Order: sequence, then structure tokens, then C-alpha cells
Amino acid sequence: MRRSLLAALAATPALPALAQFRVEVTGVGLTQLPIAIAPFRGEPQSPQKLAAIVQADLERSGQFRGVDASGTQLDETSRPDVALWKQKMADSLVTGSVTRLPDGRFDVRFRLWDVVRGQDLGGQGFAVTTGDLRLVAHRIADYVYEKLTGERGIFSTRITYVTKAGKRYSLWIADADGENSQSALSSPEPIISPAWSPNGRQVAYVSFESRKPVVYVHDVASGRRRLLANFRGSNSAPAWAPNGETLAVTLTRDGGSQLYSISAQGGEPRRLMQSSGIDTEPVFSSDGQTIYFVSDRGGAPQIYKVSANGGSAERVTFSGNYNISPSVSPDGRWLAYISRVGGGFKLHVMDLSAGTVTAITDTTADENPSFAPNSRQIVYATLQQGRESLMTTTLDGKIKARLAGQGGDIREPDWGPFLKH
Amino acid sequence: MITFKRLSIALTVAALMAGCSSGVKLDETPVTDKSALSSGAGAGANGSGAGQSGVSSVDLTQSGGDQAGPQGVSRIVYFDYDSFVIKADAQAQIEAHARFIKASPSRKVVVEGHTDERGGREYNLALGQKRAEAVRRSLGLLGVSDAQVEAVSFGKEKPAMQGFTEEAFAQNRRAELSYR
Repeated sequence: MRRSLLAALAATPALPALAQFRVEVTGVGLTQLPIAIAPFRGEPQSPQKLAAIVQADLERSGQFRGVDASGTQLDETSRPDVALWKQKMADSLVTGSVTRLPDGRFDVRFRLWDVVRGQDLGGQGFAVTTGDLRLVAHRIADYVYEKLTGERGIFSTRITYVTKAGKRYSLWIADADGENSQSALSSPEPIISPAWSPNGRQVAYVSFESRKPVVYVHDVASGRRRLLANFRGSNSAPAWAPNGETLAVTLTRDGGSQLYSISAQGGEPRRLMQSSGIDTEPVFSSDGQTIYFVSDRGGAPQIYKVSANGGSAERVTFSGNYNISPSVSPDGRWLAYISRVGGGFKLHVMDLSAGTVTAITDTTADENPSFAPNSRQIVYATLQQGRESLMTTTLDGKIKARLAGQGGDIREPDWGPFLKH
Repeated sequence: MITFKRLSIALTVAALMAGCSSGVKLDETPVTDKSALSSGAGAGANGSGAGQSGVSSVDLTQSGGDQAGPQGVSRIVYFDYDSFVIKADAQAQIEAHARFIKASPSRKVVVEGHTDERGGREYNLALGQKRAEAVRRSLGLLGVSDAQVEAVSFGKEKPAMQGFTEEAFAQNRRAELSYR
């Protein structure tokens, strides 16, 4: 495939990433595949240490355990000494190289080995700019993850989030490991509720830049943005339908906070339901048939679901008197949400078919969960040591990684979709 | 009015002029290439571009300030915990604002509802809206034209006082009348 490139040069050092992240994995998984990622040949001359990025990605998933491979001198053409790697208790091995090309790009190649069977599991090659070296590392992690688990990896996807630093609010686009953050929008007024479009090219969000909440759709690569909902009153909580053609939003133009459907191109919104109380925080199921949302129609905020065409709603959460911020997993099996327990706000995961609910954090100010596109991880915001930060967790809560940032409070994460290769 | 400062325009144009970069010839590499970065070649030949990871930045500047309201009358209406009802002691204040707005049909007021910092951002936005609507309705009952009043919410995004104390919570449960 050839595709022309419209990306701008905004990732150059002229725009420093203020919110670099660090990954700390805590907790112990039960079955983790031991894998060695050998340092790539040529890595000392590469701006990105590819092997370390691949290893951190795989470990954060909770399904892999890194085996020390330092000091080895291998690349994708090497035939590894199977006995040596068995002795190191590795089941798999990744070897590779990175070479600077005459035109300034980098040639990256790798190969995956099953060192138990001594079997070559294939490899790939890429020629990329400096700015895409991290992306290549994530693609390598995706390849390894899919080969060894049979499921699609999410390492090359992106997340968006908001920081508040002093009086400045910024919307960031970052790799799924929180690194490589680039500012998409900077504003003196709050920004909340960013939501990726299903094609991963646009983010809808609520900006208060005109001193009221207004919904924008923002093209990430070009920075072009347009008003989606700027009606009388407040406009908020954008949620994309999976087909990318419409969004559900919360509007107050007819009185209280109510749900509407609006074309992604803008235009006249259509009211989805009538309720006397608050209806907000809509989110679509991945088949587009159902909208989960929050309503206080029963007296306290609970999560309900309704047909995407509207109609009568059905209550989903029953325990507790404050359940908000629903996120439904792309495979349709899980509902993540925030429940108030004692004076704290905690991330819960509901098995939608069984109806069972598990609290999966030890923190007490969790906010805004969002599923990875493979339904295996959740990113959420929480308060740690008095500072807002982002965490990823596996659905059982056993493997958590803190995406620790600097330069202000970090909040409102949304995990982007799989991108077409 | 908002002033947009689009840092990105020049950069975007530059990237466009760099134009269609050549794709990666996958079959030249010795390993099996299945899904190399399809748009992976960079913005131009120097290899320093952002590639397909690139994000353009938009930088917004401060929006305009408030117009004056009625002299000697507070613009802030406070609410009790979990309440969206205007207290009796705020009635005179609301009446003073109503007189001021009615005195000139060109006056526009935006009622901004706020909550304390506990709980979710979007749900608090909806709760703040209820406070703003309560003030809007009170003004309406006093004869203020609907066309002159807009009720909006900032939820918990703009606390008047930082911190998780009862005093801060009380200061933050409010609606502000903003003349624009």
C-alpha cells in the first residue's frame, strides 16, 4: 500500500512533550509467557531503544514476563542458540536491527523465535522516520502479542487525555504506553470528555473556550476543528456511534440535561428520550445497537441502557446509589464504571452476561474508564499522592501500570481504536 | 470572541508541499513483510518528520471579560449540599439582578452553574446545569425575558476554592451571573 502523508512536523523538539510518562507494573499475574527481547543491533545509534519499548509493552499487558537478554549480540539474521535461551527459561525470543538509511530514515527489522521448538515465527521490516520509531516498536509488540496469544495487540493504538498545568488546559495525543505525547489543543479554559472517532483520525471533546461547554470535532493530524454542538445551554458528553456517522451528545437546550443524536457533520439534533431528570454520559455498544448512559430518573445516578433509536430504558446497575461514567468493552462482555463506595469513587467492572460486579482498584478517586480496543485493558484517571494521574489495568485488576506524568494533573483518558495498517 | 492562533497552518502547508512520499518497498527486506507501516515513509527525504504519528497543535488565547452588573449586588448565588433550590436569603439578590436586566433589553446574562469537586465531571456538569436553570427560572418568574438569559454549567471544572474541605465545598456550590 502507498498512501500520501499529511502529518505535520509538530513532533519536532520545538513542541516539547510536557507530560512524559513512566510505566510501573505492580501486581502479579498467574500465567505469564517468558520472553526475551534481545537488544536490536544498531540500537546505540538509534534515538529510540526499540527492545526496551517492546518489552515494556508486552509486560504491561499482564500476559508476558521479560527475560534478561542484555549483552547478547543478535539480529534478525541470527540463528539463536536454542539451548542457551531454554537455560534462561525463555519460551520466545525477539531479535532485530535498526539501521539509519542514507535519506535519514531508519530501517527496522525483527524476527520472532519459539526457542522451545527452535522455530522461526516470522518477522517484518519497516523503513520509517525518526518520529515513527516508537510506532514501529509498538507494531513489533503487536506482532509478538498476536503470534503468541492469538489475539490482536493494542500497543500501536493511541490514547488521548487532558492535562491541567497552572491555568492552562491541554488535550494530548499519546502512544498507548503514554509516551510520545503531542499537544493537539491548548486553551485557557477547561477541556473535558475527549472521545476518539472510530477511524482514529478525529477526537470529539467539550471545550469551555467560549465560556460555556461546546462540543468540537478535531482532526488530529491537521489540527482542523469544527463546532459540532453549540446550542443554547450546555453541550457535552460526545459519544461516537461505531459507524462514525453520528454522535450521541447531552444538550440542555430544551431544559434539563437530555440525550440527543447528531450527525457527525453537524446539523439538527434529534432527541433520543424524554426524562424529567438528568440523562448524560451516553456510550455506544460496539454493535451500535445500544446506548448505555447515566440517569437520575430513579432519584440517584445509575447506569441504564436504551436502544440507539431511543425508546424505553432499562436499568443496568443496582448496587450503590451513585454509579456513573459507563464504558462498554468492544467485545460487549464488560461494563466498566465508577461507583461511589463509602466516600470514595472506585472503578468497577461488571460481567454483563452474569451481572456480577468487581471493584478492581485500591484508590478512592477513580474517574472515567475507557477500554482498550482488544477489551483486555482499561485506562482510567485516579488521584495518587494528591495528583491526578492515569493508570492502565487488566480487567481483573492484577496488573496495573501507572502512566506517571509531570507538568500538571492528568485526566480524562480515552483509548483510541485499532488503526488500519 | 475567541482568537485562534493556528501555529499549525504553516507546518501543515509545509507537510502538504512535501507531498506524496514514496512508500516502503517491502520486498527488498530479507524478512517476511506483512504489515509494514503503509504510510510509513516520512514527510520528505530527510527522515526527521513526524511520520504518521504527527499531531498539529492548536493554541487558544484568553477569551473576553465580563460586563458590569448591578452595583453593589453579588453576582454569586450559593446553594446547599445536594440542593438546586434558591435559598430565601438570595431572593433580594435575584430581584436586583432581574431589575437590572429588565432595565435594558440589550443586556445579556449567562448564568453559570457550578458544583463542588466530588464525583464525575460530566455528571457534575449536569448538576451544575440544574443550579443555573434554577436561577434562570427565578429570573423568568420576575419577568426577565428568556432571550436575555442563558443557563450553562461548568460542573466541577472551575472551583471558587480549591481543596476537599467543607468550606471549599460550600464556596463551590454556586451559580454565577456573568454579564456579557
